[in-house]
Amino acid sequence: MNRDPLLIRWLLIALAIGFLLLFLALPLAAVLTEALRKGVLAYWHSLGGDDTLASIRLTLIVAAIAVPLNMVFGLTASWAIAKFDFAGKAWLVSLIDLPFSVSPVISGLIYVLLFGAQGILGPWLIAHDLKIIFAIPGIVLATLFVTFPFVARELIPLMEEQGRDEEEAALTLGAGGFRTFWAVTLPNVKWGLLYGVLLCNARAMGEFGAVSVVSGHIRGLTNTMPLHVEILYNEYDFVGAFAVASLLALLALVTLVAKTALAWWHRAELGATAGH
Amino acid sequence: MIEVSHLSKTFGAFRALNDVSLRIPDGKLVALLGPSGSGKTTLLRILAGLDHADSGHVHLNGLNAANLQTRDRRVGFVFQHYALFRHMSVAENVAFGLKVRKGANKLTKAEIADRVARLLDLVHLSGLAPRYPSQLSGGQRQRVALARALAVEPRLLLLDEPFGALDAQVRKDLRRWLRQLHDDMGLTSVFVTHDQEEALELADEVVVMSKGRIEQIGSPADIYDNPASPFVFQFLGNANRLDATIRDGIAHVAHWRTAATGLADGKGIAFIRPHEIDIDPHGRDATIRHHVVLGPTVRLDLRLDGDVHAEAVIDRDSHARLRLEPGQQVGLTARRIVVFAQD
Repeated sequence: MNRDPLLIRWLLIALAIGFLLLFLALPLAAVLTEALRKGVLAYWHSLGGDDTLASIRLTLIVAAIAVPLNMVFGLTASWAIAKFDFAGKAWLVSLIDLPFSVSPVISGLIYVLLFGAQGILGPWLIAHDLKIIFAIPGIVLATLFVTFPFVARELIPLMEEQGRDEEEAALTLGAGGFRTFWAVTLPNVKWGLLYGVLLCNARAMGEFGAVSVVSGHIRGLTNTMPLHVEILYNEYDFVGAFAVASLLALLALVTLVAKTALAWWHRAELGATAGH
Repeated sequence: MIEVSHLSKTFGAFRALNDVSLRIPDGKLVALLGPSGSGKTTLLRILAGLDHADSGHVHLNGLNAANLQTRDRRVGFVFQHYALFRHMSVAENVAFGLKVRKGANKLTKAEIADRVARLLDLVHLSGLAPRYPSQLSGGQRQRVALARALAVEPRLLLLDEPFGALDAQVRKDLRRWLRQLHDDMGLTSVFVTHDQEEALELADEVVVMSKGRIEQIGSPADIYDNPASPFVFQFLGNANRLDATIRDGIAHVAHWRTAATGLADGKGIAFIRPHEIDIDPHGRDATIRHHVVLGPTVRLDLRLDGDVHAEAVIDRDSHARLRLEPGQQVGLTARRIVVFAQD
């Protein structure tokens, strides 16, 4: 079993805890201290500012659009990949991983090149009075792209592990494709789906790079919470910046707790993918 | 009546089925017997509509199955690992096929509950209705899978290695019970197995398959007594496989000679079943190298002239009476030798 000398074990544990304190607990404490430096009143006051409220609203709107869409995309993509054989499947799998391997700033830039005023579709969009870049649609598109893999990555291994037997059994019992999906496939992956959605949501609300490129930083209009933090900080409004940052940190904590709880209660159903 | 004609199927470079033709009359219990990779499961899945043949036809009661979706075939399929719906209780599993019915065939909730209760009673699982598959033993899961398949009143029951994952005692009981069920319900059933004993015990008709082809079709007694090829002989139980030389219609096998009518001169393969060899303690045909007691019988490992090895199986009493010991020389008489030309 474990034959490391006691001293080395304690040293390693101390190192791990020290690392966690330094890089996770300390920054979190710093965010909260800075946010509350001028008291609870100032904290509440800065959160109640019009621009801050607008940025919170925008972040919620973007997540409310991007997360359900990616839930549907991820579910259908992993269903197709895990339950059917078709040409180009390996290619599709690597395509799903693409947003993980591309820098978010680059993905934002691509939207600018496509939809921006000087972009490929720019003149047509202007002619039809459609605004995508420096407007909400651009932010939603960038968020969609960046958060696309979360649900699919969670579900593909799970569905592959579960195999196709149950779906085939449903077919032989007289169920159609849609019924089979609703009654058999979906219930078997519901916790995995929730897990993926949770991660997807955390990233959708916290995304900075891609959104920063397409947003245009218009106060009260196209600033999401992460962008708003940057602006406030650059304007030396430290209490404001850290107050908004504390909300994002809270979101991260809630996600972490929910994720851990899910992985703990449903580790059997989450299968091999749980706990990463 | 199921008619399969000239069915072929490849998976990439692998030929799973190669020009397979077969008739299954109504009411029969048929075994598809073969080693893994022989195409038996592929054939079963094509009958169910879960796979599609590259060429050839399947007719179910005169209807071309190509025009029938899986769900319209009225086929009950029992999967090798049962494929029970893991998030549904036993009762919900059995009810599934009834709940998904549409139109005129739709049943009321009370009718479904009634039918489920009767099916669970049939498979002796009435007390387990609220349990989940993960809370059941292998044999219980197997019976739930069967009840679920029977719920849709299939014309044809297909079973993929139905006893493969069960331990020996449960397997024996379930076998007998399945045979009974098949007869009582007047089903037509096809099951896949790699276990010759299971096929011989359970089936009315055995289809022996190898490398995507049908080697032989016949009753269990028929294929055991008159195997059509070396493969079938070897696959159906233990056999000594010995080299033979054929000259003028006579096969020379070790020290034996036997008629080999119709076979050309040259090399051949001879098969002798171990229990069809008689031992004479006064002869000098072979030396006993070793003996192993297997319950009521004893297996003798023998060395014949020319360093040829063979096995004989005799009962315990004869073994004791003859006082056979390793190292001893014995005479051998083969009651039956089957010779095939070398392929």
